[in-house]
Amino acid sequence: MDDLITLVERALADFTACTDPAALENAKAKYLGKAGALTERLKGLGKLPPAERAASGAAINAAKTKLEDALSARRASIADLKLATQLSADALDVSLPGRGRGVGALHPLTRTLERIETLFRSLGFDVAEGPEIEDDFHNFTALNTPENHPARSMHDTFYVEGGNVLRTHTSPIQIRYMETHAPPIKIIAPGRVYRVDSDATHSPMFHQIEGLWIGDDVSFADLKAVMNEFLKNFFERDDVTLRFRPSFFPFTEPSAEIDMRFGDGGWLEIAGAGQVHPNVLRAVNIDPEHWQGFAFGMGPDRLTMLRYGVDDLRLFYENDLRFLEQFA
Amino acid sequence: MKFSERWLRTLSDPPIGTAELCERLTMAGFEVESVEAAAPAFANVVVGRIASIEPHPNADRLRVCGVDVGRDDVLQIVCGAPNAVKDMLVPCALEGATLPGGHAITRATMRGVESQGMLCSAKELGISEDASGLMTLPANAIPGRDVRDLLTLDDALITIKLTPNRPDCLSLVGIAREVSAITRAPLAFPEYALPGVTSNATRNVRIEDLAACARFAGRVIEGIDARAPTPDWMKERIERSGIRSISAVVDVTNYVMLELGQPLHAYDDRQLEGDIVVRFAREGETLTLLNGDTLPLEPDLLLVCDSAKPLGLAGIMGGERSGIADDTTTVYLEGAFWNPAVIQGKMRRLGFTSDAGYRFERGVDFELGPRAVERATQLVIDICGGRAGPLTDTKGELPTREPVRLRSARAARVLGMSIPPAAIADVFTRLRLPFTREGDDFVVTPPSYRFDLAIEEDLIEEVARIYGYENLPATPRPHVQRMLPDPEAKRSVAALRRRLVDRGWQEVVTFSFVSSADERALDDASHPIVVLNPIAAQRDVMRTTLLPGLLETLRTNVKRRLTRARIFEVGRVFWRTHAMQPMHVGALAFGPADPEQWSSPLRPVDFFDVKGDLEALASPLAVATPASPRPWLHPGRSADVLIDGRAAGWIGELHPRLLRHFELPSAPVAFEVELSALVTVPMPQAHAVSRLPFVRRDLAVILNENIPIGHVVNVLRELRLPYVETVDVFDVYRGPELPNGRKSVAILVLMRDTERTLTDEDSERIVAELLATLHARFGATLRT
Repeated sequence: MDDLITLVERALADFTACTDPAALENAKAKYLGKAGALTERLKGLGKLPPAERAASGAAINAAKTKLEDALSARRASIADLKLATQLSADALDVSLPGRGRGVGALHPLTRTLERIETLFRSLGFDVAEGPEIEDDFHNFTALNTPENHPARSMHDTFYVEGGNVLRTHTSPIQIRYMETHAPPIKIIAPGRVYRVDSDATHSPMFHQIEGLWIGDDVSFADLKAVMNEFLKNFFERDDVTLRFRPSFFPFTEPSAEIDMRFGDGGWLEIAGAGQVHPNVLRAVNIDPEHWQGFAFGMGPDRLTMLRYGVDDLRLFYENDLRFLEQFA
Repeated sequence: MKFSERWLRTLSDPPIGTAELCERLTMAGFEVESVEAAAPAFANVVVGRIASIEPHPNADRLRVCGVDVGRDDVLQIVCGAPNAVKDMLVPCALEGATLPGGHAITRATMRGVESQGMLCSAKELGISEDASGLMTLPANAIPGRDVRDLLTLDDALITIKLTPNRPDCLSLVGIAREVSAITRAPLAFPEYALPGVTSNATRNVRIEDLAACARFAGRVIEGIDARAPTPDWMKERIERSGIRSISAVVDVTNYVMLELGQPLHAYDDRQLEGDIVVRFAREGETLTLLNGDTLPLEPDLLLVCDSAKPLGLAGIMGGERSGIADDTTTVYLEGAFWNPAVIQGKMRRLGFTSDAGYRFERGVDFELGPRAVERATQLVIDICGGRAGPLTDTKGELPTREPVRLRSARAARVLGMSIPPAAIADVFTRLRLPFTREGDDFVVTPPSYRFDLAIEEDLIEEVARIYGYENLPATPRPHVQRMLPDPEAKRSVAALRRRLVDRGWQEVVTFSFVSSADERALDDASHPIVVLNPIAAQRDVMRTTLLPGLLETLRTNVKRRLTRARIFEVGRVFWRTHAMQPMHVGALAFGPADPEQWSSPLRPVDFFDVKGDLEALASPLAVATPASPRPWLHPGRSADVLIDGRAAGWIGELHPRLLRHFELPSAPVAFEVELSALVTVPMPQAHAVSRLPFVRRDLAVILNENIPIGHVVNVLRELRLPYVETVDVFDVYRGPELPNGRKSVAILVLMRDTERTLTDEDSERIVAELLATLHARFGATLRT
């Protein structure tokens, strides 16, 4: 019996010493194969006296089971070891950066224009567009601008061959829209506009966004409410205060200049607005006795400057990619 | 419009401070642009009389003055000013005085002599830049009087940004009228005694165009002394309004213009011959103006002439010859009303402006001329002496003022708030607008000085303005119940932009006007629309493509050492031949395909990188790019872009000849397509997905090099063979083992039926048909 215990111990030690599957199978053959030490013992049972056979057979079988169990455990652990070695060899330096394809960004003015459109759409304003080379009628005459108005001069307005102008505001879009749509009308009209002006606060090309709401009873109070709502939501601040002060535009009456401030800060001119002038409505065959409403024009460039802390308007049109990439 | 607050307060003096006054003006539509102090802060500076003056015992350039400051004692003050003389009246800073900049005056010893204060120059008081010597105070100044008080230095100079509809406020009386209306403070018009007529001298006035000149008031004043000095108070007021003092008569005309709003002109009567004639210029006439310019006169310029010659440009500027001189003894004063339409635009055309023209082109009170001439006559006689001839008042076709009706209910509808009729009446009363009431209606007859009250809305604005915009409600309406349509088969520009951004493209916004040189470099045949008055020579035409702006952006960024760029723009282009100004999407890629990084070798961006992004942008719409040269593209690397079969633009690599023009080290790849081609997409329609496996067959064929593979693949697809799901190219090979001028193309074909698994026979039959087509159409042979 002592002999069997020693045998098992030796076998277990041999198994443990094996580090690859082939060695392990050789070791198995040594003990459990056809001529294996344990197999030989089993074969030798018949030679034992019958009184010992049963006990000895049970002991040998127990030793066999033990060895088989040890064998499977060792197989598994060799496989685990192999996998672990493989995995470790496969390991990446995961701290390296990802395979870059580059990132893009919208232009900051586009960000603002899209934001404005989204906010106004939520109030039911549709988006309208119009041509940038515009005729005199739509840019000036239909907007009640007198023939000799200084704005019509080449000092202020770009003229192209053929007598047309580069639109000086987005207001002609109102006119074109009203020519083709019957009231009620509720639109905003964003776009590029052009004026003969170039310094730190003026660019010869810039953007405007025009709003127009014509209905049965759309009043100055609605104008105030809409502008309040818009600017609070645009800036996502509650400390935005607006001030409406009388002003003059040929195409609105009453007219207002809209100033805005954050908290106790200084007033910033943000928009021009007013009730649409009856002459403008008449120019597009809308009866001003029945229909009325307001129009406003704002500078998205300025709103963008305020929102993102840009201090020079020209940066928007210089297209220095280092500047633009900040808006990714 | 710039004016002195003190002057204003002589006409209307509300019990509020400067800041509040400015705030109220701004909120009433008269935006205060700036407020400046007439002089910086200083204190304890009084009038001093130099009672005695002695040399300084220890310094050649200093003197010791005894100064009388109205007290019992005489101050001893050391002074270095070269102009100090006995009995001179000068500003004297007393001990304890502070000068501008906080400089404190104390008793001091100068070279051994005690000095009990300081005598000041105008510069030391911050009144002017004159530091040449002591400031001379008026001869009637009493020693000891506070200098700030004497010179009325506690004054604010207010500048208002006047809207063009309110020329009536280009005068102190006009602003005072508003201040009185806004604050309810009383209004006091300037008071003066009408000058008596003590001379018979007069001139006939003949107006040739009664519509252009609706009124001409004039008067001769004889026997004046044109050398008489302008009184200090008048000088101060006009200078604080930003007008330089010139001579008494000219100063008077400017003063009355500032006070009442009527520009006047004074002629040296000795230069006038015969009658005053108002007429348009005749061909060939010239005139030398007061500013020294000699103008050839165009026939639409209105002139004031005498019987022989032009005297001046009506309402804009007088002529040099008939101007007031030192030795002028007889003046002719003119106070006219010119039709604004005749004046408008003329100064801009001539290239100069004048205070008179500025007012006349906006509109001057047409009843004011005679009154203003009377006021000026009185001031001229007070200052220069003289005898006034009779006032003549020649009238043309004066404007009329039609009554305007305001309905209270209409006002309520427009403003969104009902303003009680009593409050409306109060506004009109405060504004001095004559009105009658008919129930809740008001009928207002606008005064001659108001050019902006013609329709009901104008009156509604007046009511709102004086009532206060800030007092009108801002009530949000209940939210709209109707949603805006959102057609799913239309893609928004925003969505398309984002597709490019998400694939690594940076949006730019470039000017719509570009350089004609750039346009021509790209395409000789380009014939862009010319901007007649460009902001700069290199922005002289409207872009016909987005490419020049993208290239310019690239050029400037490459100069800043940028090595890789993916930029795009969405914007309009402008063609001479089309009324349409279509929106385009243009994109430009430059430098390595990917940003420089550890994991992949640098590879220059190529046609297919950019085409891949264009395909992604257009998806689910199909992009085809048949080869087609463009002048600005590499002839072997350029193509038309067809989107769903429709011509929509171009794609390709910039022509190498342009690299130098655009200062680029390597050629960018670009595309440009019409936005409208990308907008409409089909609504997705779901089909059953087969559970059966597909069969794949790869065909390797040899083709002539000049056969476009895209076309070959398209032809195979167009066969629309049953079961064929996919035909695609997966390899293109050129090598020595192929015959010269040939390429090997590997095409994969995926086949599937929805009902059953395809047999080998099925797939063999299909492959045979494809090969037959390839052979028949393209002479392709199977590669073995």
